[in-house]
Amino acid sequence: MFEYAPAPESRSVVDIKPSYGLFVDGTFVDPADGGSFKSINPASEEVLSEIAEGGAQDVDRAVRAARKAYDKVWGPMPGRDRAKYLYRIARIVQERSRELAVLETLDNGKPIKESRDVDLPLVAAHFFYYAGWADKLGHAGFGPAPKPLGVAAQVIPWNFPLLMLAWKIAPALAAGNTVVLKPAETTPLTALLFAEICQQADLPAGVVNIVTGAGDTGRALVEHPGVDKVAFTGSTEVGRAIARAVAGSRKKLTLELGGKAANIVFDDAPVDQAVEGIVNGIFFNQGHVCCAGSRLLVQESVAETVLESLKRRMAQLRVGDPLDKNTDVGAINSAAQLARIKELSDAGAAEGAQRWSPPCELPERGFWFAPTIFTGVTQAHRIAREEIFGPVLSVLTFRTPAEAVEKANNTPYGLSAGIWTEKGSRILWTADRLRAGVVWANTFNKFDPTSPFGGYKESGYGREGGRHGLEAYLNV
Amino acid sequence: MSERVAVRKTYKLFIGGKFPRSESGRSYLVQDSNVSLASRKDARDAVVAARAAVQGWAGATAYNRGQILYRVAEMLEGRREQFVALGVPGDEVDAATDRWVWYAGWSDKLPQVYGGANPVAGPYFNLSAPEPTGVVAVVAPEAPALLGLVSVIAPAIVTGNTVVVAASPAAPLAAVTLAEVLATSDLPGGVVNILTGRLAETVPTLAAHMDVNAIDLTGVTDPELAADLEGRAAENLKRVLRPAAHDWSADPGLGRMTWLLETKTVWHPKGL
Repeated sequence: MFEYAPAPESRSVVDIKPSYGLFVDGTFVDPADGGSFKSINPASEEVLSEIAEGGAQDVDRAVRAARKAYDKVWGPMPGRDRAKYLYRIARIVQERSRELAVLETLDNGKPIKESRDVDLPLVAAHFFYYAGWADKLGHAGFGPAPKPLGVAAQVIPWNFPLLMLAWKIAPALAAGNTVVLKPAETTPLTALLFAEICQQADLPAGVVNIVTGAGDTGRALVEHPGVDKVAFTGSTEVGRAIARAVAGSRKKLTLELGGKAANIVFDDAPVDQAVEGIVNGIFFNQGHVCCAGSRLLVQESVAETVLESLKRRMAQLRVGDPLDKNTDVGAINSAAQLARIKELSDAGAAEGAQRWSPPCELPERGFWFAPTIFTGVTQAHRIAREEIFGPVLSVLTFRTPAEAVEKANNTPYGLSAGIWTEKGSRILWTADRLRAGVVWANTFNKFDPTSPFGGYKESGYGREGGRHGLEAYLNV
Repeated sequence: MSERVAVRKTYKLFIGGKFPRSESGRSYLVQDSNVSLASRKDARDAVVAARAAVQGWAGATAYNRGQILYRVAEMLEGRREQFVALGVPGDEVDAATDRWVWYAGWSDKLPQVYGGANPVAGPYFNLSAPEPTGVVAVVAPEAPALLGLVSVIAPAIVTGNTVVVAASPAAPLAAVTLAEVLATSDLPGGVVNILTGRLAETVPTLAAHMDVNAIDLTGVTDPELAADLEGRAAENLKRVLRPAAHDWSADPGLGRMTWLLETKTVWHPKGL
């Protein structure tokens, strides 16, 4: 590997306060019972800030603020004015994108080149896209005058903190709802900076409320009788619990849950491109991606060639300081997630799969896991069935296209899939048969605000993005 | 001359295109007839039949599905008097026939209305298209016996789903008679399966069944039962349609079709 001099992005661009309150009704307030937790930098374990822990009373206060804003301000406001607030937010995100990218990388551990080149541009684009819908809802195919739902409770994960916030807040506000959003407990900082952006945009008080906390805070929010809509992105296990919690209520529910995507490489695929796609599919964002291509299905006749090339490529991945602009793979988001990745990887080895990682020096402090592949994996292995949510790839082989499809679909999940082949008719044949909400052919992990995203089966229901994404926030 | 003795009909279940009795051997007296009292096992058998029919039905061309649904309308029109004899008002039979015609026309139009190309910011072909979610359990509304039933079955199957329907326990004869219509309309066996009997017996099994993709609770009138069923459905994250008041004579809109669709989005790079 080439020796690269360190090229760290400066962190002086962002000003992190020693502590943050909850963002309720347009201002930062202390939680009712004064509880707090720490948000740390997973690459160094350094404490970044002390974060307020919202309890049931705080959730109630936020929901009331959102209701008041919905009834008095945001609901009655013409769509063209809602649009202008969303355009303002999009612009401020663009203007402050470097600050937000550095903060995201500090709090999450993802490489700066990803937060800078993927997360932030998509966040701004998402607000810009949905801003334009706010005054065109009657043309979206849901009838001449579709109505918003009211107050939306939104709970988001730690893997793309600000991007998931954008996916939730932008369509909700465009459709005329107000929101109470709970960011993940390990990555609350960009959401709190976003609250400041709402202030800077003069967004009316109570339209966006941010209540930080862990699982109990999320539960209180989802179960609050004053919310009309629940949107959750996270694990299938928690998604199930939320579906049970809202059963029998009037709350509309959308869920974007786990995945175990197959990335299918046919024997005629261009190997170099496919290998780039495999690497992007599983090592992008340390594999903390619900749509990650975590099961490589490679046609038997080319398996050896593809694996050789893949290992060569993996040996070039730079693992380390997320703020370094050359870093490809950053830190695992938390000690708990690292433990889960280790547990499942150990199970893979114990069940008889062969483990391989490139030689790779990991920093001493922080949470790290070397890019890893398992070969000789069978469909019965836990690493082929359970979502690892880390930089771990399970390699399986197939002989016929029908076998590839059968193996790809042999999972309760159905979020995404990849296809690599030069033959157009084979792409379409395969895409037709895959039970997955997003199919990337000769590419992987591409996202766009105009493109609906969401799963089949136990990967959840509803779509985010595009015209389809409005449906989750309209009374239709 | 003595008066001719009528040939009475036996009302049975409709599973996999056949008319079996309940495997439990039980029946119940309703609408002056002995009607099969479906068991939990019958419900599971019906799911197996519905699952087996998915690939062929979802894989059929939209044109073909549209023609078959139109054929159902033709058959229903011809059996108008039979439904009237069961107590279904003639107007309702006509409305039900027209509803089949309306939905039949959607098979090859909905994918254009509900999907399409997405203008992504990059050199990619990007297309979203709706697909059927799979096997759908349906609790049919108690009334109107025929129009309500048709209004929940047609929108589910027109896009390629298959259904297991729990018929109204108090008025199941229209459902079994509709099964006879379906059986003579070139509808493949297993696309529509109809269970008669007690909801409390079959529906919890359907709600908890891991091979059912969605459940329509329209016919559940007890809110507590509806909540319980929705809770069971969470186990494999079924799509759930909650009970709601309906005006069955109103324009149905797209909602009963679209909640049973999955949007699949396919990306491909553009380049040389």
